[in-house]
Amino acid sequence: MSTPVPTSTRTGAGRLARRRPAGALRLTWLHTRYQVLEALRVPVMVVSTAVFPALILAVFVVPQSGGMGPAADTAAVAQLAVFSAMSVSLFTHGAGIAEDRALPWDTHLRTLPVGALPRFAARVLMGAAFTVLGLVPLLVLAVLLTDATTTPARFAAGLGALLVAGLPLLALGLALGYSVPAKAALALAQVLLLPLAFAGGLFLPPQAMPGWLTAISTWTPTRAGRDLVIGAATGTDVPSTALPVLVGWTVVLGAVAVWAIRRDQGRRFR
Amino acid sequence: MSAPPVVEVDRVTRTFGDVVALDDVSLTVRPGEAVGVLGPNGAGKSTLLSLLAGLRKPTSGTVRLAGGDPREAAVRARLGVTPQATGLPQTLKVAEVVDFVAGHHRDPLPTGEVLERFELTGLRSRQCGGLSGGQQRRLAVALAFVGRPDVVLLDEPTTGLDVPARHALWAAVRGFVERGGTLLLTSHYLEEVEALAHRVVVVGRGRVLAEGTVAEVRGRTALRRVRFGAPPGAVPAQLTAGARVVADGTREGRWELLVPDADAFVRDLVGARVPFSELEVAAASLEEAFLALTGERAAGGEVAA
Repeated sequence: MSTPVPTSTRTGAGRLARRRPAGALRLTWLHTRYQVLEALRVPVMVVSTAVFPALILAVFVVPQSGGMGPAADTAAVAQLAVFSAMSVSLFTHGAGIAEDRALPWDTHLRTLPVGALPRFAARVLMGAAFTVLGLVPLLVLAVLLTDATTTPARFAAGLGALLVAGLPLLALGLALGYSVPAKAALALAQVLLLPLAFAGGLFLPPQAMPGWLTAISTWTPTRAGRDLVIGAATGTDVPSTALPVLVGWTVVLGAVAVWAIRRDQGRRFR
Repeated sequence: MSAPPVVEVDRVTRTFGDVVALDDVSLTVRPGEAVGVLGPNGAGKSTLLSLLAGLRKPTSGTVRLAGGDPREAAVRARLGVTPQATGLPQTLKVAEVVDFVAGHHRDPLPTGEVLERFELTGLRSRQCGGLSGGQQRRLAVALAFVGRPDVVLLDEPTTGLDVPARHALWAAVRGFVERGGTLLLTSHYLEEVEALAHRVVVVGRGRVLAEGTVAEVRGRTALRRVRFGAPPGAVPAQLTAGARVVADGTREGRWELLVPDADAFVRDLVGARVPFSELEVAAASLEEAFLALTGERAAGGEVAA
């Protein structure tokens, strides 16, 4: 049934069916597609996401490859995978959300027939898509230029571990994006990125850390995430602290994110 | 039996901290009606629209749209809203933005038809950030109609458009109303409200000050524009006490006043033996009428539009 004339006096099952909003899954997919499309139109964002982790691998890991053995190379790739996920979370979620919140378009989206959940899910999926965008060049380079090895099962386990390791980082990005203005969010993302990466052993292995840093490192979400992903990808033991630390940070940062989201919604839309 | 109202605002009060943006406002709009909301900045127009669009909740009272709460997505499927023209996603192309909004509806207007109706066909693959202000404005208004809405809220739809573009946009909006759509419009251009709306609601300081047809609202104030020729200083001050003096004879001996009671004023003019010539009495413009209602009278000089 197709009627070009929208008059409110007409009723009927067909008309009411047309008036139902699109399904939640369809809306989630719609918003994910457009968020990715919008982000892809900003070349700086695409290039930095896709190139940076692979570049670090090329500069710091590839020259020493062969001397360290496959296990060390695999660990190095796993570390950079966690780094990639963290930078996506801090920048596309943290800085990106803070920027979007200031735009009138974000307000307009709330007048469309779509609930909060599809829009939120699309955010998370868009972050996942960009994490993949960062992983692909990294993994291609790792296969071509390093001795990193894994089995299909371990690769799958590594990806699963990365998903778990990404949860506290996702919560961190959301907490950041919803709690402070855009400029502050970008600055904070930059301030947090390198200390979390170094303390988490994402650039240098923990064996090379000074003693005081080792003590701190254990309790960072990046270190716990790194250990989990390396353990899964190489089949080695994961320190017993890793999982509790990841769960702890996820709970704490998740609570901060929920608080920040509620506060933001209350300010703008109540 | 008349159709149930599409917009029902019932005794709504909305406060922001200590500021009362809307104070016990009621408004009913029936299907097919076109209502213009007039008022100065800060009168509560935007707050009213944000409540109807589901962006905010009333502090007290109820807001219903098409029989439901506009805070529910399903109810908003019947609503069309204009985004701020400057807030369109800069990197998306025109047709992509239309497709995106259409993706929220089960039976949207075909994108080609939307673009054609709002004269955007030639711009379909241009990024929004590269559009001129007027083009962005046309796209923003077009987006409100994508989902074949029953109700459309337009907030200052043609601000910044040149005259031909404004008239083209009005034609498109009028087409929607003629096909049975319901329109709620705010505007600074009184000409726009007169061109599009059947009914006018004047708001000021969060209250509905007057409501009726354009002619009724204008008549309600009884404000009249009186023009005549006389030398400067020829009109005694007590005669101009209740009036707004637009011209006081210093320029080419022309006087122009807005007076609440033209009959009494002319009688006084004769009684005071003012040597006037070429007397004209006319109804005040809608703008003058609403400024009188909202109590925003300028001390002198023409009111800026």
